[in-house]
Amino acid sequence: MLIGANHKTAPVALREKLSFSSEETLAALEFLKQDADIRESLVFSTCNRTEILYIPETGEQIDKIIGFISHHKQVDTAEFKSALYVYQDDEAIRHLFKVASSLDSMVVGEPQILGQIKQAYRVAVANKASSVLLNRLMHKSFSVAKKIRRETGIGDNAVSISYAATELANKIFSDLSQKTVLLLGAGEMAELAVEHLISHRVKQIQVANRTFKNAVALADKFKGQAIKFEERESVLPSVDIIISSTGATDYVLTCEQVKRAMKKRHHQTLFFIDIAVPRDIDPDINSISNAYVYDIDDLKSIVESNIEQRGKETVKAERYVDEAVVKFRTWLESLAIVPTIKAMNDKMSSIVDMEFKKTLSNLKHLAPEDIEAIKRMTQAIATRTIHDPILFLRHTGDHRDDSLYLNVTRQLFNLDIPEGE
Amino acid sequence: MNPQTTQMGLQITTVLYFLSMAGYVLFLFNQKKIYQKSAFRLISLAIVVHLISMMVYTMATRQVPIQNLSQSLSLAALALGGMFLIVQYKFDLKILGVFVSLMLSAVMLAVLMIPDVPVEQNAALKGFWFYAHILLVFTGEASLALAGGAGILYLLQEKGIKTKSPGFFFKRLPSLDLLDNVGYTCLTTGFALLTIGLVAGFIYAKAIWGRFWSWDPKEVFSVGTWLVYAALLHLRMYSGWRGRKSAIMTLIGFLIVVFTFLGVNLLVGGHHQAFTK
Repeated sequence: MLIGANHKTAPVALREKLSFSSEETLAALEFLKQDADIRESLVFSTCNRTEILYIPETGEQIDKIIGFISHHKQVDTAEFKSALYVYQDDEAIRHLFKVASSLDSMVVGEPQILGQIKQAYRVAVANKASSVLLNRLMHKSFSVAKKIRRETGIGDNAVSISYAATELANKIFSDLSQKTVLLLGAGEMAELAVEHLISHRVKQIQVANRTFKNAVALADKFKGQAIKFEERESVLPSVDIIISSTGATDYVLTCEQVKRAMKKRHHQTLFFIDIAVPRDIDPDINSISNAYVYDIDDLKSIVESNIEQRGKETVKAERYVDEAVVKFRTWLESLAIVPTIKAMNDKMSSIVDMEFKKTLSNLKHLAPEDIEAIKRMTQAIATRTIHDPILFLRHTGDHRDDSLYLNVTRQLFNLDIPEGE
Repeated sequence: MNPQTTQMGLQITTVLYFLSMAGYVLFLFNQKKIYQKSAFRLISLAIVVHLISMMVYTMATRQVPIQNLSQSLSLAALALGGMFLIVQYKFDLKILGVFVSLMLSAVMLAVLMIPDVPVEQNAALKGFWFYAHILLVFTGEASLALAGGAGILYLLQEKGIKTKSPGFFFKRLPSLDLLDNVGYTCLTTGFALLTIGLVAGFIYAKAIWGRFWSWDPKEVFSVGTWLVYAALLHLRMYSGWRGRKSAIMTLIGFLIVVFTFLGVNLLVGGHHQAFTK
């Protein structure tokens, strides 16, 4: 089961409300773990999506999850329910694969998503929320994503939000090498955005972060300059591009502050790139002349034109996804077959063992080689006897209703297997 | 060397301008370099033919071809074409050709439609200050027209970026910085030329009519135009009127220029009127 909301179904304002911070993710995992009706779970929240992937013990448990989100994030159920999508079984698997391969991203083909999913998975594993099924599913999604990246051109073109932002910067400023960039927050997204801008060689990079140490570290990396977070307003007159990605819950730059700075900089153009959710930059700043504010939703429109170009690659990528879904489904089914076969094997070898010992206790005169030969023979008979049934179970052919044959097998051999394993 | 040769030259010029415009429009939609290159060659050729035609006329009649509306417009078009070549060379702002070729085609069509009213020799229209006045004012106004063109492009691009819906023009137009820069350069150049041109006009007036200023409507409007541009430049330098506001102002300024150039003569009258009969 998978419940989620993403950039296609929910506007940024709603996603802000639904997004889980890392502490909240832990709390959510804990809640899901405590719930006896939910076997495994994983919470995945980025700025573009919030998704909860779980395997219920019984039923669907959708209302429970929705109730939890509503309670935990203090959002009215009615407000976000229409933005949610719910997938089951194959659809859920397919969705996860698509997300991991960046087919469902705002910027199709952007590479960050896989790292984010891996991170979410690590958190789930560390908290023992994810187990056999999800582990396998997640690993499968990683390998699908890698395969798609390797074999389709999906990541070749515009790759990410940062690419889109850079393209915009190039349409605002004629010569980026004369421009100074101010980074607010030392997050990974900011880092990526700057890496793109560096390939266009900006003049200088300044980094402001609440934790000054991190600012210094990032500034070092880009040969820039670290400033105190409180200084952010005072440097506004001398910078041109502001990339913000702090975890702040409120605006870190207000309209008033920018208006003041605009006067000091003689109304030279300012370009704000706000990749934080919740937003860092007051959207009203966009109404100031010569100031342009793009939040993460706005960047979407820039890249949509590129998406068409990649339509063909997407089709190819989706084929890989479909293949992977089929394979995973087969694996899931084999999960049910494997215990049956194992139980059959166990039963046969215990019979062989028992009968062998019984017979042997009456035949004291045999040489060790003879004992060995008889043992091998009895085992061989047992193996050969169940060989064909096992083969049949493994490849039931076109008649897909495996559970029927599994049931018959269990009854015929009187196997005792816990239901659902 | 007779006016018929000139007329034919102007017809060829007009056809070339139209072909160039077609090339630029194709370039606008298709973004293939070949269209832009062909269009640019056509417009350059047209300007050369235009220049030769005008020179032939000047040589033949021994007077500057601004004696009637048709000639004035033709000269204005030539000035615009010449300034465009300079701007194109300096900034490589290819897309500006769309605006210029459109304007030139329209103006030249008018030139051919308006009858070339026969003119009498006017001994007064001679001398260094007269020529300086004509040359500077025409090139100055052409430059201001280009500033207006850059202003239109700026507004198109700016609107797309501001409203976060980059569409048709986003990929086709250069950066806001560049457009603003071109606009500003054209503006300052045009303003400087216009200023000196007006001064030359005053000196010429003093020499001919014995006074610098005679409250001629064209004089009043010209100075009015000059004041508008002076105000714009001042606002830009001291109050940060750059970007969108500046672009709107250059557009308004350009409309005033057009009115001063045509409207005053056609509607109000005055001693410049003879040039637009």
